[in-house]
Amino acid sequence: MQARIIPIFENKPAGGCGATGGGGKSSCGSAAGRGDLSPEVWEKVKNHPCYSEQAHHHFARMHVAVAPACNIQCHYCNRKYDCSNESRPGVVSEKLTPELAAKKVLAVAAEIPQLTVVGIAGPGDALANPEKTFKTFQLIQNSAPDIKLCLSTNGLALPDYVQTIQDFNVDHVTITINMVDPEVGERIYPWIFYKHKRWTGRDAAKILAERQMEGLEMLTSKGILVKVNSVMVPGVNDDHLVAVNQAVKSRGAFLHNIMPLISEPEHGTHYGLTGQRGPSAQELKALQDKCEGDMNLMRHCRQCRADAVGLLGEDRSQEFTTDKVAEMKVHYDAEARKAYQAFVEKEREDQEAAMKRELSGLAEDAGHANVLVAVATKGSGRINEHFGHAGEFQVFELTAAGAKFVGHRRVDHYCQGGYGEEETLETVISAINDCAAVFVAKIGLCPKKDLEQAGIEAVEEYAHQYIEQSLVAWFKGYLARLRSGDAVAVERGQGSLRQGAFVA
Amino acid sequence: MPYKIVAEECTNCAACETECPNDAILEKKGTFIILAEKCTECVGHYDDAQCVEVCPIPDCVVIDERLPRYAA
Repeated sequence: MQARIIPIFENKPAGGCGATGGGGKSSCGSAAGRGDLSPEVWEKVKNHPCYSEQAHHHFARMHVAVAPACNIQCHYCNRKYDCSNESRPGVVSEKLTPELAAKKVLAVAAEIPQLTVVGIAGPGDALANPEKTFKTFQLIQNSAPDIKLCLSTNGLALPDYVQTIQDFNVDHVTITINMVDPEVGERIYPWIFYKHKRWTGRDAAKILAERQMEGLEMLTSKGILVKVNSVMVPGVNDDHLVAVNQAVKSRGAFLHNIMPLISEPEHGTHYGLTGQRGPSAQELKALQDKCEGDMNLMRHCRQCRADAVGLLGEDRSQEFTTDKVAEMKVHYDAEARKAYQAFVEKEREDQEAAMKRELSGLAEDAGHANVLVAVATKGSGRINEHFGHAGEFQVFELTAAGAKFVGHRRVDHYCQGGYGEEETLETVISAINDCAAVFVAKIGLCPKKDLEQAGIEAVEEYAHQYIEQSLVAWFKGYLARLRSGDAVAVERGQGSLRQGAFVA
Repeated sequence: MPYKIVAEECTNCAACETECPNDAILEKKGTFIILAEKCTECVGHYDDAQCVEVCPIPDCVVIDERLPRYAA
């Protein structure tokens, strides 16, 4: 089992810093990634890839698709669509019984020590299927007690289940809230099913909004961490999401995740068929920036499937289909998992410390400079992916304060069977055309030249090093080159968000 | 008696199964079916047929024209 732990683990065993593994606190004294979180909250989120941007470089999640039924209809969802090559919420290849789900969790945990959380996110609504959802949690808790449980819901049934959620030790709940004003809501939700009746129009949206706010308040008053997901629909709720942000912040939500609408016509959703567009990367970022006051904004969401498995940027669900899981001999090794977590504890402290060291002198050099850069990584917080193999690029903003993760761009692999595809390269460039540089473990000469012509510098010299430290080091050099005239700042593009079917 | 599920439309989401006040809906061969002898069109329970109201697919749960309407 140890062999599957990512390679750097073998080179650099944990220890030396007094890390005590699992949920233990480190004696290093650095507040790696903690920001202004209280110690209790940090303990809850530090290994949760969906609640901590920093954790998502190291830890994996899985969704178990035990909840197919839903109690509302959203204009961005089509329940008839089901394709294994498609990556977006509400889509699964096969639904599971609670018993199969629990077995799948053990199989994945044995294979992937990075796995720390299991969520139920549909493909319908977790709380529209309460028996299946809570039965699954119970089985997982019995067999793999170290795994965190979470669920996501549209909130309609939430007030009825807050006590049950607490009883089952679910301490992370995501509510999708797209509006607080029924006038906006009626353009997003055609109907809801509530109290044995189908409600439509403004009435439906009003009930939904009230139930969402009530459920949110009940959860936060019990100390359960709540993340709020919002789908940004340009022209429908984009401006309104600032009001949503205020409303959920004032009710104690921990994190706000504003996601771009996915509306390809081939998905057959109402929005897709009526030509409602999604936002560009820059529109999304502008809204996120606007909402980011004293509330945490999530920018690393991959809008994953309701049966996704693995690190957020990857999906290994095809390795764990029901047939394959049935044949697997499952050996649940809690110790290996603990060892990995201890290793990460140390690694992330090293990364934070390295970044801090690198920051010295930056503030004076940078002034008001603000530069976006893209990074090819397969996890662990390092620049460790080949340009041609990247299925996504992580985007960081460089300012006088250092490097900050601000998003990711999904792309098709440029390198297909040893040959680069010109057409793919163009789409890669349009996905990162708001970036000044792209950091990779390696890149071929041709794409490097093409990127350069598009005004994007391909940087290989930090291969396999820590992302944030490397970016700051490069940024200092870049600023120096700007001053000396060796580099010129140019007008940049909008960054297009990739929507179509995901071809891995 | 008269509701039925159009198998090729059904997404197998099971939303109707739990809402049926007569336990008339069950899964069979990868889709859901309504047991005609148990279905009362929700008469005596609710104003509207629950399976129709909750189903996310238009025209998936429909009146079975081959059968007489339910009479209490």
